[in-house]
Formats: sequence, structure tokens, C-alpha cells
Amino acid sequence: MDTTICAISTAVGTGAISIIRVSGKEAICIVNSVFSGVNLTKVNSHTIHYGFIVENNYKIDEVLITIMKAPKTFTTEDTVEINCHGGISTTNKILEILLNKGCKLAEPGEFTKRAFLNSRIDLLKAEAISDIINSETEKARKLAINQIAGKLSEKIDQIRKNLIQLQASIEVNIDYPEYEDIEVITYQNLMPNLNKILFDLNELIIESENGKIIKNGINVVIIGKPNVGKSSILNAFLEEDKAIVTNIPGTTRDIIEGKINLNGILLNIIDTAGLRYTTDFVEKIGVQKSIDISEKADLIIYVIDNTNTNLSADIKKINKLKNKKIIIFINKNDISSKNNYDELNKYNLVMGNTVSKNGLNELKNKIVEMFNIKYLDTKDYSYLSSARQISLTKKAKNVIENAINNLNEGISIDMVTIDIKECYETLGEIIGVVYKEDLIDELFSRFCLGK
Amino acid sequence: MKKKYDIIVVGGGHAGCEASYAAAKLNFNVALITSNINNIADMPCNPSIGGTAKGIVVREIDALGGIMGKIADRSHFQIKMLNNSKGPAVRSLRAQADKKIYPQEMLKELKKLKNLSIIEAMVEDIVVTDNNITGAVLENNKIINCKSLILTTGTYLKSNILVGAEIKKEGPHGERRSINLSDNLKKFGFEILRLKTGTPQRIEKNSIDYSKLKPEYGDLTPLTFSFDNLPLYDINNQELCYVTYTSPETHKIIKENLKKSAMYSGNVKGIGARYCPSIEDKVVRFADKERHQLFLEPESKFTNEIYIQGFSTSMPYDVQDKLVHSLQGLEKAKILKYAYAIEYDAINPLHLKPSLETKIINNLFTAGQINGTSGYEEAAGQGLIAGINASLKLQNKEPFILKRNEAYIGVLIDDLVTKGTVEPYRLLTSRAEYRLILRHDNADLRLRKYGYKIGLINKTQFNKIIKKENNIKKLINELKTKRLSTKSIPLDILNKIKEKQLTSGYSLYEFVKRPEIRLIDFINNKLITSRYSEDIIETTEFLIKYEGYINKTYKDVERLLKLEEKQIPKDLDYDKVKNIATEARQKLKQIKPLTIAQAIRISGVNSADISMLVVYLKKEYSKNE
Repeated sequence: MDTTICAISTAVGTGAISIIRVSGKEAICIVNSVFSGVNLTKVNSHTIHYGFIVENNYKIDEVLITIMKAPKTFTTEDTVEINCHGGISTTNKILEILLNKGCKLAEPGEFTKRAFLNSRIDLLKAEAISDIINSETEKARKLAINQIAGKLSEKIDQIRKNLIQLQASIEVNIDYPEYEDIEVITYQNLMPNLNKILFDLNELIIESENGKIIKNGINVVIIGKPNVGKSSILNAFLEEDKAIVTNIPGTTRDIIEGKINLNGILLNIIDTAGLRYTTDFVEKIGVQKSIDISEKADLIIYVIDNTNTNLSADIKKINKLKNKKIIIFINKNDISSKNNYDELNKYNLVMGNTVSKNGLNELKNKIVEMFNIKYLDTKDYSYLSSARQISLTKKAKNVIENAINNLNEGISIDMVTIDIKECYETLGEIIGVVYKEDLIDELFSRFCLGK
Repeated sequence: MKKKYDIIVVGGGHAGCEASYAAAKLNFNVALITSNINNIADMPCNPSIGGTAKGIVVREIDALGGIMGKIADRSHFQIKMLNNSKGPAVRSLRAQADKKIYPQEMLKELKKLKNLSIIEAMVEDIVVTDNNITGAVLENNKIINCKSLILTTGTYLKSNILVGAEIKKEGPHGERRSINLSDNLKKFGFEILRLKTGTPQRIEKNSIDYSKLKPEYGDLTPLTFSFDNLPLYDINNQELCYVTYTSPETHKIIKENLKKSAMYSGNVKGIGARYCPSIEDKVVRFADKERHQLFLEPESKFTNEIYIQGFSTSMPYDVQDKLVHSLQGLEKAKILKYAYAIEYDAINPLHLKPSLETKIINNLFTAGQINGTSGYEEAAGQGLIAGINASLKLQNKEPFILKRNEAYIGVLIDDLVTKGTVEPYRLLTSRAEYRLILRHDNADLRLRKYGYKIGLINKTQFNKIIKKENNIKKLINELKTKRLSTKSIPLDILNKIKEKQLTSGYSLYEFVKRPEIRLIDFINNKLITSRYSEDIIETTEFLIKYEGYINKTYKDVERLLKLEEKQIPKDLDYDKVKNIATEARQKLKQIKPLTIAQAIRISGVNSADISMLVVYLKKEYSKNE
């Protein structure tokens, strides 16, 4: 970290002003050498200065320069921020000048990486910063900010403390076997403690799944036979929320995606339109394909045409999806039908009509209800939100479950300590207190350029 | 006495004996200098060898070719296996060693070594030439020259004995102490620690009322520390220990007289160990506890002294009288020796390399209590390693360093040289993160190959473990290949199986995996054709039953070894590594870890510091490759 790095910290090409950030030992010197105005090497920390960026005596842009000296900066190094005019060409020109003067272009996430490596922030906070930058809704942003405040670290810390206490009480039994006055650790007093830890981890995971929803939104996949009105549902959703719709054709011609904001939560709606089943063989592939896509779904809207009298194939497919959250939308309810939906009563059923938009609000309300979206709105956000964090927490949970199962089968307490230790270290990995070789590089490579 | 030896060992305690034994066995001319030849291998505190973790250390010493286990087998009068119920990985032997026999047997063994001279003298200084040790200076200013020197001074450096307000300038049991050696070490740049330990009263055997006390028996299965010994004792004729407790009266006396204790009056300056507190410490720190458990242990078949384990104190004599008489069964007890606290000098073990050679002076090694440890076994383990490494260095060979995944001795030394210590360090099973593979039963499989390579284990002993390894493989193979259909399961085994509906046949291996089935069940049913000894069966059963956990441990070990491979150059200038926290930088500079794995274990060095170090090493040292 001897080098001085720079990068454009604002989204390229949008906005009236762009910020270029420079961090490192030479930051102030380098910027001063291309700045016409006061001598930046002589000014106080945390001050702003007006002037021009110049090259060969030509004024490139009129700028405001913020000087922040080490250590009270994000990276804890000397940091300079150049506020310039927002066009792509101006901003890139200034960046180019800085690079020519000896700055290195920051790698993705390098500013945050430096902040982490200089002990300015812990790993969870570092990840949270990446989340803020990438957040698409206000709730996601709040969630990330909470992580920066360290609430999550506290929760995990508490579970780790409980693990250590449990471990200590077992160890004392092993190391001082001759003493009767040490409370003997047995199955009976180990079990409630392990169950409590399992409960806490479970809660963290459930909350985190919610956190994931806040951050990434809900993946909704619409499936059903051809021409039952799947695309109409997608369009109906999108029409109502035109302002934030981005219609992205999928990589395959047959998949259409759209995003809407439902009570502050992002819905990523995927329509599996256009799967034509001409022969049994192709139908097999088609069904497989919709099932593959629905694997990734948080919610499946299965559309049935009310006028279609043969429901057996639909029911078969629906039953295959039993591990997923499903809403069954019966379209064309304005046309009377002799269909009996008793067999589907165990699922969430919504009757409606995409032409008249009948039932559409009910559909949305159902989604709000199924994902506790209203509850998410009021709850204090401090969840694990990255896939890395959640998968580590799940690993920790599995380890404890394993310990409980083995203990039930009569394994000796000494073995349980191995599980407890593994759980402890896994949780330590989440907050970055346990050193894992490639973790840090891998983590920061995901971060966006700039902050 | 010659003028020059290859190796001088200063101190004849448990560390000194192992060091001298190993170095002399490796054909070096060794001088063991002790202040009192009658105190060789003395046990000044508890009359036992082994215990949790420590018992495994004794086995490790034996596996490497050391002597402690063999002498303990010859001299104990009671032995048992601890932690039988808590899991096979934490089992450990403990023996009541006879305080008269043990030193006698040790001296006999040492005297057999032709190139070992035992010299009675007090060492007060060392001779250093160009940073190399070249000799020891005796009390009478005589110099004995050497190429290598091992300090195993125990509690004798500037020791004080404290009883109440009384301070005696002497070593344990009125022995003479070394007055100047620690000050002289300080002059060479060693940081000196002041530590404290203590020992309880000894009671006249026949003055105890045993009718009120619960006896403690030895095990009724034959047990040995050494892998080479057959049991040498009469299993049915072991001595008894007894359990007693402190009474409300005991606690009252302590509270009333607390200020008279050397510990609480401010006389004691040294730091004692948390895990081995004096009785006044226990009563103060665990005020809500109604009573504390004590053990009455015979010291020897040939003396009438009984040791009160758990009752060490630095109260004045009159208070000690009252305290002893307040104990159940000891109302009329006669005190033969009073309890005392002892303070002594030690060096900061962070001055040591993992070979136990000091970083300050070449060919100077230290082992035992001088390194801040407590316990006979911890001392012996270090003594053996110091003896081996002093020898290897004179042979121009690489030092012998046991890793944390190889031995408790490795854990002990790594902890000392990486983390240092502020109190007398005791080994605990909880310090060994890979204890599942550092077991009592596999110490020979782990370490004999090293002992053989070093030259302390002979070909016959080595062949024995090769045979053991093969037999384990053979038994596992037999269990894997032999299958039982649901109908052919013997009734006694079928009755044990919890799950009543077995859907298909299984291999014997799969049966043994079940917690309710024992390997011996199949042997009893003659389903295994070859004959196997008990140790083979024990180890094999363990390997099968706990396969999942063992694999988990090996995975952890793999990670460790990867990090151990990442070496840190000895001349690394930590000031050049940017952005390391100040505390971490100081520690790294002081300890100079040899590998990234060692650096991670230093307390006060956090994962971000390690990242910085790794990044720096990658940047600086990969470009030259």
C-alpha cells in the first residue's frame, strides 16, 4: 500500500458533478502538481479549495478540491477528492492526468480494502459499504447502513461468547476430572445450551433471508401452460409501475424480465413465456426448463386458464414444486367454468382477469402477506445480507445440528468440543476475526470501483 | 571432572535428567551439574506423574526415546486412567510415584551412561564468547568449558521461601539457591520474570483418621506409561489415596487470618498460576463455595508422609496448624512439613526459538521452570527437546521441532515461544486444538519414527510400531471386507442395536461405527479370524468410530500446514510492512515468527495485520523468485 491510488467515485456519465478520489502518501502532492490555486500541501486538513486542474498551462476544468489528511480519512491515508464537472470526457481527462503523474488506477474495492486493512473498518462493514453502493431501494440502503453501525457484529459476537462459555465448561471437566465439586457437564446441561445456540443461529438465518429480500428483492417466476395469460400478468404489473420499469429481454428469446417496487421491495419478475410443447418429448424439456428457472425463484406464480378443463397436468406440475412458495392465479375468471379447484385449496389461490386487471391487487396483497413485507418495513434491519455471510451462518448451524445429533446418539463430550470450535471459527470468519487465506482478495474483488 | 565437555546441563531436575540422558545417548560428552546429587529427579511437590494432558506428554517422551515413562513405571504404587468417560481423545494416565524410588531409579539409569559425568556444584554465571556459549562459571569461580549449555534451573534462581511474614532465602526444602545466575542472564539481555508457586503440608501417615474418608483406588487393568515396559507392579496391591474436604471452620480461619498470608500481605511479588491456587486464593475467589475438595496422597512406601493435594498455602505456622486440624479426618493430624510459597526467577520464553535455543546466545538452551512452565512432565518434555536440539546443532543438523498437530510437547513449546507467559504455564488438553489426533494411544505411532531418526529409538523399537501400523491396517481391512447379513448377526450384538429394522446387511466396519456396538463384540463372537493385541483394538476402534471428527481435524491440520509452509524471512524488517497496528508490530518484532501460522497465533496480532504481512511478503519476496 505504498502506492497512491485514484478512481472516479461517482457513476460515470450521470449527474452534474463527478468526484475523483485519490488516496495514498503522495495524494496531496500529486493533485497539487496539477492544480492551479492555493498550495494544497500547505492547507489544513478537512478543507475545501477552489481552482483549476491544469495540464501544460491549459485549464482542463474548474474544480473544488477537498483535502483530508491521515489518519482521519476513510482509508486512514491522505485523501484528496476532486469535484469536477460531470461529463465523461472531462472526468476521464482528469483521471488520465493523475495517472500520468504517478497515481495507480484503483482496483475494484481498493479504497474499502485499504480501510479494512488499516483496521478502519471490520469485514462486515466493508461488505456493507459495497452493499450501499449497489443498493437499489431505500430499505436495502438502510440495511447496509445498519451493518456499518456494527449491529450485526454484535449479534454474532454474542453467539460466539455463548459458544466459548460452553466450551470452557466442558474443558474444565476434561482438565480437572478428579474434582467432584466442578459441575459435571452432561448431556442434560449441554443440550439446552446447544439448542439455544441453534435457535439463535436459526433466527439469524431467517432474518437474513429477509435481509436478502430487502437487498436483492424477490425473484418471481411466472409459469403455466401456453396462452394462459402469463405475459399479461407481467405487463399488468409493469404498467402500473412504469416509472421504475426496466424491461430487459433475457439471454434466451423466451424469457422476459421486469422489475417493480412493491411497498419498497424489489420484485424481479421473470416470465417464462413462449415455451411451446409440440410433442411429448419437447414438453418434457419445456417442463424441465420452467422447473430449472423456478429453482431460483423465491415465489412462483402459476397461471391456470379458467376455461381449460383438463387440469391434471397443471396439478402434477404444481405438486412437483411443493418446496417453493406458490401463488396460483386462475385467469379469465369472468368466463364461467365447471372447473373444481378443491385439489388446489391447500395453495394460495387468487382468481382474476388480466384484461380487466381484476384480482391484480389481491395478487400483490398476497405477495406482501407471504413475505411479511409490511413487517419488514417496520423492523430494525440488522441482517446478514451477502451470500457469503448467509452460507457461513448456515454452515455454523449445520455444525451445531451435527453436534446435537451425535450427542443424542451418545457421543462423548470431548467430540462435541470439535463442533463447538468449528462453529466458533466459522462465525469468526463472517466478521473477519479469523484469518482465511484468500478471503480478503476474493471479497474485495467483488467491490465496485471507487469507494 | 574434565575441563571441557560437549554439553553442560545445569540442574538435575526432570528437565535436566531428560536433557542429559538424551545428549549422552547421542554420544556427546555431557556434564550434569547439580547443587546436590541427592536431589536428582527430586519431586519437591506432588507425588504423582501424569494427569490430564501431562500423562500424554510422558508417553510422548517415551515414544521419542526419553526416560521419564520408564522410571515412572518402575516406581509408582498406584496408577489409573483419567477421563475414561469423557472421550478417548482426552484419556490420560496418572500414577502416584514413590518419591524415594523415582529419584533412585533415575540416578541408577543416568549412572549407566558412560559419557555422562555428574558434578556437584552451584553454577553462578555463564561464559559467552562472540555470542556463543563457551562455559559455565561455578561458585568458586572455576570455569567448565563446553560447546553447548542447557539451563534447567527449576525454582532455584534467587528463590525465596515464604511462610506468613517469614522470608527465607533458599530453594525448596531448605536447599541452597543460585544467587547470581539470573542477574547475570539479565546482563546478557534476558528479561527476567518473577514467578511463584507453592506446596502444601506433609502429614504423618498414622495421625489421620481414615474411617471418615473416602478412598481412591487405582485401576484394575494393567497400565504402563512406556511403550516398551510390561506392567511391573502388583495390580491388586496398590496404595490408596483419600478424599477430604475443607470445612466451614477452615474458611473462617482463612478469612480471619488472610492478612498474615504471604500472598496477601504483599510479601509475594511473583505471579502464581490461576489453575493451581493456594487454599486462601480459592476461598477468596470462590467465596460462595461451601467446601473445596482435597486429596490425601502417600509420598512413598518408605516414608510416613502424606501430601494434601489442593491445600497449598503461605499462612504462618500457627495458622497452618489450625487449618490442617479443621479438615475432616485430620483433626489430630501431625504436621511433618509445613506448606510454603516459593518465588523464583525465570526468563521470558519469548527469548527462545522453537528449538529452545535462546535467540540471544548461540548454543545456549533452556528448559523447564526457567522457561516459565510448571510441572514435572512439562519440564521433562522440554528437557528432552533441548537435549536433542543441543545435540543436533553440534552435529550440524536442522533442529527438531514438533508441530502443534504432532505432539502436546509441540503445543507446549509453541505456546511458550509464541505467546510467552505471565504465570507458571501448565499444559491442559484445552490448549491442544488437534487433541483428537494427539492421543494417549497413538503417541508411539506419532513420534517413534522421529525418535528413530534422531537416534534415541533402536531398530527393534521402531519395527514394533511398523508392525502396529500394519496390524491396524489389516484389522480395518478385515472389518471392511467381512459382511453380515441381517440373519447372521449374533444375538448379543443384535440385542444391542437400537434401530430394530435393519434393511440390509452391513460390513463389520459399518457396525463398529454405531455408538452402541463395540469392536470387542465381534472378537468375542469369533467373527474376526486373526488375533490382535488390545492396543491395536483400542486404536482401530477409535479410528472407525470417530472417523468423521478425525477427518475434520485433519482438514484443520491441512490448513495449518499450508500456513506453516509460508515462511517469514528471519531478517524481515517489520518497520517496512505498512499499516500494521502498533501493538502487533511490537509483538512481531519481539517474537520474530518463523511462519505465517506462528504469526497468527501471537496474541495482539489480528487478521488484518496478518493480511498486511501476507500482502507485503507476496509483493517483496515473490518478485525475486
